[in-house]
Amino acid sequence: MKLGFSQAEEQFRAECAAWLQSQLNGDFADIKGLPGMNSMIERRKDWEQRLAENRWSVIGWPEEWGGRNATIAQQVIFAEEYARAGGPNRANHIGVELAGPTILAFGTEEQKAKFLPGIANGTQIWCQGYSEPNAGSDLANVRTKARLEGDEWVVNGQKVWTSLAHYSDWIFVVARSEEGSKGPKGLTFLMMDMHQPGVEVRPIEQINGDAEFNETFFEDARCPADSLIGTPGDGWRVAMGLLAFERGVSTLGQQMGFRNELDAIIAAAKTNGLDKDAVIRQRIAKAEIGLRLMRYGALRMLSHADSAQIDGAALTYKIQWATWRRDLGELAMDVLGQAGEIAEGDAYEWSALPNMFLFGRSDTIYGGTNQIQRNIIAERGLGLPREPRGDK
Amino acid sequence: MEFAFTDEQVMIAETVQAFFKDNATSERTRAAMKADGIDRELWASFCTELGLAGVGLPEDFGGAGLGMVEFAIIAEAAGAQVAALPLLGLATAAQAIAAGGSEEQKAEWLPKLVSGEAIAAAQSIYGLSVSGNTLTGDVQFVPHGASADVFVLINADGAWIVRKDAPGVSVTTHTTMDQTRPLATVSLAGVAAEPLADAGAARDALHNGAWICLSAEALGGAQEALNRTVAYSLERVQFGRQIGSYQAYKHRLADMLVDIEQARSAVYWAACAVDEGSDEARLAVHSAKSFCADTYFMCAGNMIQLHGGIGFTWEHDAHLFFKRARSILSMYGNGDWHREQVAALIMGEAA
Ligand SMILES: Cc1cc2nc3c(=O)[nH]c(=O)nc-3n(C[C@H](O)[C@H](O)[C@H](O)COP(=O)(O)OP(=O)(O)OC[C@H]3O[C@@H](n4cnc5c(N)ncnc54)[C@H](O)[C@@H]3O)c2cc1C
Repeated sequence: MKLGFSQAEEQFRAECAAWLQSQLNGDFADIKGLPGMNSMIERRKDWEQRLAENRWSVIGWPEEWGGRNATIAQQVIFAEEYARAGGPNRANHIGVELAGPTILAFGTEEQKAKFLPGIANGTQIWCQGYSEPNAGSDLANVRTKARLEGDEWVVNGQKVWTSLAHYSDWIFVVARSEEGSKGPKGLTFLMMDMHQPGVEVRPIEQINGDAEFNETFFEDARCPADSLIGTPGDGWRVAMGLLAFERGVSTLGQQMGFRNELDAIIAAAKTNGLDKDAVIRQRIAKAEIGLRLMRYGALRMLSHADSAQIDGAALTYKIQWATWRRDLGELAMDVLGQAGEIAEGDAYEWSALPNMFLFGRSDTIYGGTNQIQRNIIAERGLGLPREPRGDK
Repeated sequence: MEFAFTDEQVMIAETVQAFFKDNATSERTRAAMKADGIDRELWASFCTELGLAGVGLPEDFGGAGLGMVEFAIIAEAAGAQVAALPLLGLATAAQAIAAGGSEEQKAEWLPKLVSGEAIAAAQSIYGLSVSGNTLTGDVQFVPHGASADVFVLINADGAWIVRKDAPGVSVTTHTTMDQTRPLATVSLAGVAAEPLADAGAARDALHNGAWICLSAEALGGAQEALNRTVAYSLERVQFGRQIGSYQAYKHRLADMLVDIEQARSAVYWAACAVDEGSDEARLAVHSAKSFCADTYFMCAGNMIQLHGGIGFTWEHDAHLFFKRARSILSMYGNGDWHREQVAALIMGEAA
């Protein structure tokens, strides 16, 4: 067991830190530290391309697809330096972290050649079409239909809460391809072009006044027969495999963003004197401890990438960070006091910390609510009896 | 970076888990609780047959080398069975002597502690009257103090070895809530104590050892509280269903696992950071002690609640976990104190 990084790894750290800082203090200073996912999309696509040109976009991928075959340790280091340098949220994070790895793991060579370059360089932005009005926590209840007509799939139905759909080029959709099938059976995982007649996106305004997510409607929308991953009817397995990527190395990048948020809270407390308040100090310490434990939990998970021993830790990770961040939002508001409740301009637009407080209410919902996470932990992690279900 | 056990560490873990499971049984622990809180036979096999008392102590003096990671593995397994052993003395007093003792001090004490021939205990003595190396006053709350042959006592100015049989030393035993680790008062009437050669090193080693040992015990205890409650929830039927099928029940168990997994990261982060002499070591040990103690107490409390009436009985082991957890909360600094150290470290104030 060893935490320290080797000399070669520290050298790698210096290399990526130098590059990132030169870019984010140079050509890309305008998007340094940009919060949120919904602004300056074109500049952020430029940034994806700059990353890709220098093979920093998807460093864990094989070299033939623009990666560096980076070790876990190198990926950790890069994620840390990326956040330290103030790298903006990745415009194509769904492509880079979810779609890409899924295609790498389950896709054909043709699919890799077709999709991976555009994902790596941010020219093709992706979104995730899982949820529907009647399929949220009960994801297997999807009703969106896909039927094969000649050499095309024809898709009809509706998705909801589709993050970033309004500027996405591609969507992966879980659709029911077997008439009359129920639950996880008879689903197919399709990759659909967003720029076609029959796909309509309507933004939904959120709690913070922003509109990052959308309703997505499919009316005889089409994709070629070979746009599916896996086999027809096998979509649930692919969809679940993809969910596993959501807890991979990418989570480390997210944590470093959390680091910056906690540092901003500490700075705010130092400015208004609450850094002397014993109760606030306790809460800041708890937040710090939670953050560190998430980091070392992730490192434990990644060090064990293929071992069953770590299952428990992996299952608990989503609820850990989601709950931690929701609490961080509350801490931020308590530190800011009423000043945190006043927007800077006339618009209903929030600076980073109040926005984080508002956005934090969704962390415990998307990707599986805290309740669903507890069910998963209890049933899969602890072997407790399954929840009773209404349809059986 | 390789934050996973080596093969050798996995082997140690399997060995000690099996050893404590087979030997630190409820009957034997309860027998020890009626005596001085030490299962002597268990301690003898731990020290001599398994040779584990030397883990984390230098090979020159009979130790096995290795480090705090290995020590934590052992403390975790011992804590899982609430074993009645003076393990904490090895983590504190022995570590202090190894880190800050002169060659003679090490040569005199370490082999005896490693073989189990002597038992050690340690405590802070803030508020005692100290003149030169002569100590006077009562040292309170010394864990396993009544059974110890030698004490390591520290304050901000120094660190000393005091023999139980030195003139002027007397010990009062107390009935302690956690009977697996009874606390004693050691009274010193002008005792000539033997200063450790490097007091600073001794203090640091003692504290790190204490915090890691208690954190690891807490981790083991919390995990075992969860395991036993899960087993019960599958066995016990109410309203025609296993109680573990009810969501209010299973969600509590899930929350226990969520905190336990973080506690596990905390223990091994702290142990590695100390072994590697990392800059983060202080942050890590304070984080670990506060987080793991809270986790254990929450899990042991849930263990009682989720067992219903049986969980409240003396006969059931739940109270052993609950009382050990309560004692770990206070020992060597409570959670608020440790978090205050974390706050001072991260806000850039010298503690
Ligand atoms: C900001 C944001 C972004 C999102 N982005 C995407 C996206 O890009 N793509 C996508 O496909 N989806 C996305 N989602 C959708 C998200 O995954 C769902 O909202 C989530 O899974 C919950 O489903 P639901 O909203 O239908 O709530 P419901 O399932 O209706 O749940 C309502 C309440 O009931 C509880 N509940 C439900 N079932 C159980 C049970 N068995 N036991 C106990 N309690 C239960 C839930 O915990 C919740 O509190 C996003 C959501 C948000 C908020």
